[in-house]
Amino acid sequence: MIQYIFKRLLLMIPTLIGAAVLIFFILRLIPGDVCEIRLAGSGLYADPEQIKLCRDNLGLNDPIMVQFWDFIFGFATLDLGESMWTGQPVSYEIGLRFQLSLQVAIMATVVSLLIAIPLGTISAVKQNTWIDYGVRAFSIAGIALPSFWLGIMIILGLLITTQALFGEPWMPPITYVSPFEDFWGNMSQLIWPAVATGYRYSAVATRMTRSALLEVLREDYIRTARAKGMIEKIIINRHALKNSMLPVITVVGIEFAFLMGGLVVTEQVFNLNGLGKLFVESVLNQDFTLTQALVMVVVTIFIFTNFLIDICYAWLDPRIRYA
Amino acid sequence: MKYTGLKYATALAVGTVMAFGLAASPGQAATDGMTPKKGGVLNFVVGSKIPSFDGHVETTFGMVHPIRPFYSLLIRINPDNPSSPTDFVCDVCEGDVPKGEDGGKTFTFKIRKDIKFHDGTPLSAQDVVATFNKIIFPPKGIASSRKAFFKMVESVKATDKYTVQFKLKFPSGSFIPAVATPFNFIYSKKDLDEKGYKWHQKNINGTGPFRFVEYQPGSFVSGKKYEGYHFKGQPYLDGFKAISAPKMSLRLQAIRGDRAAIEFRGFPPKARDDLVKALGDKITVQESDWNCVLMFTPNQKKKPFDDVRVRKALTLAVDRWGGSKYLSKIAIVKTVGGVVFPKHPLAATKEEMVKLAGYGTDIEANRAEARRLLKEAGQEGLTFTLNNRAVDQPYKVVGTWLIDQWKKVGMNVTQQVNPSPVFYDILRKKKNFDVSIDFNCQSVINPIADVTKFLGSAGNNYGNYDDPVLEAIYAKLERAETQEEQRKLMREFETRALNDQALIGVTLWWYKINAYRSYVKGWKIAPSHYLNQSLDNIWLDK
Repeated sequence: MIQYIFKRLLLMIPTLIGAAVLIFFILRLIPGDVCEIRLAGSGLYADPEQIKLCRDNLGLNDPIMVQFWDFIFGFATLDLGESMWTGQPVSYEIGLRFQLSLQVAIMATVVSLLIAIPLGTISAVKQNTWIDYGVRAFSIAGIALPSFWLGIMIILGLLITTQALFGEPWMPPITYVSPFEDFWGNMSQLIWPAVATGYRYSAVATRMTRSALLEVLREDYIRTARAKGMIEKIIINRHALKNSMLPVITVVGIEFAFLMGGLVVTEQVFNLNGLGKLFVESVLNQDFTLTQALVMVVVTIFIFTNFLIDICYAWLDPRIRYA
Repeated sequence: MKYTGLKYATALAVGTVMAFGLAASPGQAATDGMTPKKGGVLNFVVGSKIPSFDGHVETTFGMVHPIRPFYSLLIRINPDNPSSPTDFVCDVCEGDVPKGEDGGKTFTFKIRKDIKFHDGTPLSAQDVVATFNKIIFPPKGIASSRKAFFKMVESVKATDKYTVQFKLKFPSGSFIPAVATPFNFIYSKKDLDEKGYKWHQKNINGTGPFRFVEYQPGSFVSGKKYEGYHFKGQPYLDGFKAISAPKMSLRLQAIRGDRAAIEFRGFPPKARDDLVKALGDKITVQESDWNCVLMFTPNQKKKPFDDVRVRKALTLAVDRWGGSKYLSKIAIVKTVGGVVFPKHPLAATKEEMVKLAGYGTDIEANRAEARRLLKEAGQEGLTFTLNNRAVDQPYKVVGTWLIDQWKKVGMNVTQQVNPSPVFYDILRKKKNFDVSIDFNCQSVINPIADVTKFLGSAGNNYGNYDDPVLEAIYAKLERAETQEEQRKLMREFETRALNDQALIGVTLWWYKINAYRSYVKGWKIAPSHYLNQSLDNIWLDK
């Protein structure tokens, strides 16, 4: 097992290098640069001399291979450089948003699991009954509804309902406060995006739980357990559910990694200052250093999440052993 | 709360009165006729991001709205009469804004003696001189985005501890408005000398009404009242929080849900109507012409746009008077105008405008002429692509309208909507477009500087043309001393640019709509989203 973990860790290096090469060159294929946006983007008089000076200061006029070497060397030494837009260290910019994105991802995952496992299980156990149909409709709706639309509806719903009930409209806070400073303030902001994304996320996990559980329930050992007269609840909870969790864990893991950097639109809808919003802004601003760093962070999260999923497999299914 | 037409009408009426409002006298306007209440924190939303804190470098309102309250200017537009394009008052100077001496070549400012920076350093003429020397004559490697505004300045010197003197190479009507530009934050000479010329990009030390408290990148900037502010009794607020909210719908909901009281840039008409419908008299609306204009620029390096007949046909096809009526219901554009901000004394009157190609009120006659010119140029059924920016208000709305206008004279136009970086790359580097949407958005209304946009030699002109006649008219305009002379030359300039050569087509001037919580008092709309943002005259009626 340790040898396997070591090999997997080593394999991360070429994957990260590949991602670094791709993102560096793809970004430079996009027309325009940060200096144009910063100095000419507002329609005011744009002094060509100032734009050139800006490019010189940011190293955009350096040969491409010099820029590439700076990026790779910086990444290898964990120096991600400074944002071309704000001039702040990239690690500071990312670190500031990481806590929020992590919290939303965890909360959305919890919401999703709280919905998906009970509903998926009920749906499988009550296969082809009205309960099953109801759960399937609910989960298909979750896949069909974009979470940003659901987010907008939640905000509008809150505004309209609270105005009708209390005379003054209420909406979630639009600036982040840490749960350690103000727990309820934090929850009143983040529970809504967690529900909006967690619902969509649960839809996939519900269907996965249902189909995996149905498969397991047809196994010989389940039939044997029933033949022995074991209580159905114990069969489901102790023998079937745990063994049907492998594909569910995979889906949950991938979705979690996706949530860390991919909540692009939901973060905009709820004005969350997370990694997704930062991603959009850095791309729109042509902030190469920040975009490169963000991509590398997300790639690293994906790699680690996949790695952890593989380790979980062995824990869930004792037959799986890595040599 | 149920929407009633009466409430809507009341709110709009209140807004209209405030906006065109009877350009109230200073002091009275600041208080809206009421005694200002002290205290409270103003939350407002900003639809753009802060690149750095350095006003001398940046160009976006995303920096001005949250950072301007920390700084003072030498002079500023009158915060109690910001709708006037010519009313400037002293900020760190005292008395009246000086008139030029020595035939308009010397301007002497007396500096107030009671001002201190937030770190306790007293402000003197040396700080003002160091600030303007950084802006006008930056050392090598130091960026200054408004250096070109001050081409007429020969030197800036302190003649004594509290007197600053600007010497000009030639008299220029654009000098005073350039000084009042809201980006010209007064920095401390000590900071510049000891901490360097880039220190202000990440740090703040001003003499403005608020002291810096916190900046959370991507989220908010907060400030608290500066007790030593030089306008005694102000600011009224205890503090402010400028919240970054890039999505317009979120900014709108934030005001509705009272997470923010105001958004200073402006909403489209539909958003105003939604807010008023939802909240009635809890919302106040102020409206104003906006010192931004949307234009279309033909690429004159490309055939057939090198032919003046084709360019003239493009502008003749556009029904500006009709467009104003209908587009103003759905977009942030309204006023028909020429090259100068419509309310300025140098702007063309309607009688002068209708003589220009495409401004005549008989649109059918204009379009018949457009068809004739296209036929004469052998360009009937002209097909081309319109390069546009992927921003709804007002770019895509006006772009779509233009296509319809051109279709009416037989042109087939495809709109290519590009994200801002690609849009600018096409305009500034590739230069391979046919016709492009373009815009001219300035802060202080300074027509003599603002119209440089129409010069082929300007850094923000994308028409790829060179018109020595226009440049010669501008050279005279720049040096014209009397308003009468400036006005005459401005008409010549306008006729050359919009009529004789049809170098650029002006569509409609923007229209600024600010809908906000009625408990916000004292703030008056300005014709630019860059102006009147010191927040020192705002108070909360809560």
